[in-house]
Amino acid sequence: MALPDTRHRARYLFIAVVVGHILLISAQVGSRSGPPLLQAGLMTALTAAQRAAWGAVAGVRGVWEGYAYLRNVYADNQRLSRENTDLRVLLQQERANARGAEALRALLGLRARTPWVTAAADVVAGSVSPDYQSIVLDKGRQDGVQRDMPVINTVGVVGRVVEVSGRTSVAQLVVDRNAAAACVIERTGAQGIVLGNGDGRLRMEYLSATAEMVLGDLVVTAGTDRVYPRGLLVGVVERVDRNGPAFRSVIVRPVVDFSQLASVLVLLAPAPAASPADDGLVAK
Amino acid sequence: MTALRVVAAVVMALLLQGLLTRALGAPSMRVDFGLVAVVWIALRFGRVPGLLGGTLVGLGQDALGGGMLGLAGLAKSVAGFATGIAGTQFIVTQTVPRFLVFLGATLLHAGVFVGLSTLLGLKTSAQPYLDVSIQGLSNAAIGVLVFRLFEVSPGARERWRARRERRQKRRYH
Repeated sequence: MALPDTRHRARYLFIAVVVGHILLISAQVGSRSGPPLLQAGLMTALTAAQRAAWGAVAGVRGVWEGYAYLRNVYADNQRLSRENTDLRVLLQQERANARGAEALRALLGLRARTPWVTAAADVVAGSVSPDYQSIVLDKGRQDGVQRDMPVINTVGVVGRVVEVSGRTSVAQLVVDRNAAAACVIERTGAQGIVLGNGDGRLRMEYLSATAEMVLGDLVVTAGTDRVYPRGLLVGVVERVDRNGPAFRSVIVRPVVDFSQLASVLVLLAPAPAASPADDGLVAK
Repeated sequence: MTALRVVAAVVMALLLQGLLTRALGAPSMRVDFGLVAVVWIALRFGRVPGLLGGTLVGLGQDALGGGMLGLAGLAKSVAGFATGIAGTQFIVTQTVPRFLVFLGATLLHAGVFVGLSTLLGLKTSAQPYLDVSIQGLSNAAIGVLVFRLFEVSPGARERWRARRERRQKRRYH
């Protein structure tokens, strides 16, 4: 049998690569589980390199910030001390309120609030492509992280875990074009789906035309998508557009500042049974 | 040796993109360092390394971006192969032709990526023309700069070495 002409070898290789990619994509369409071995292998190798690279950068930065960059430290210290005092007072107030709420809860015979089990994770890398909006975290399967776990910070929803390897994981940001979350307008309870716009903002769709809302309304997770628990703050209504006769589309500004993501929390515990009285985290 | 350089360029591009996005604090950057690396590989080493480099970069981006594996892989493989062919058919040693090649590769990549995403029912940008134009110009500017750096650096190294030798000679005399 004659070997293929060497002049055409590149062409054959091109066809083989294209067909290989099409088969790879086809294998994921429908099931969306994909070929785990290839994906896991690629992810493990690349995130390990990213983790090491960020470790080196963070080390240099740590030395710089810890020893050399001492300007304004005294002023910062004073300001933080004042903030600390204010927060302690606030904490006392919240504790007093919580005691009252617990007493009421006991009075009404409701279950005690289950605390969320979280894992703090550092962001070791940002998106590796302009087509995706994701972050690489330094916590993986060994730390209890699993696919589809919600990722939050102290302000609100950051995204969800989409890929996990042994010591790292990838979280898709809620502003990614392919991200979605079931949400409600907190004030009125109007339900819809929040989708990433790809430009750093969100849009809420499938809202009823009769749903009541005003600019500035808070948008929180509905807890019906089996990913995000109920009541996590997502964003603030920024603009309202009519989208056909029956639905309206709402532009939502995310509350999380994605430019300041240094560390996040992964919610390790599964979402509790949907009960209006048993929220772990409630948006304020 | 070529294979090693291709893999090194791919890893460097992915690390740089991830680290810069993290350090600059943006959810994602307009510049696609992966595509810049693919075009550089294709122009420097030819269409087959361009094709394979594109496959590696694309699969890496798909795996780390949480997207469908193969989507960016196919788009970048096509862009790398086409750029390699363009590199053999046209003279692309000047700034303007190089700029146009980077721009063309970005348009081709975006065409394949957006086309496939639409076929698969995935969401695409709300303003694709604007986004692709900005990305194309950014990629082209960075790409031309990368080529210039690679061209300037050997000369700079030789000049630095010559200066050092002259100083050593003066010291001994």
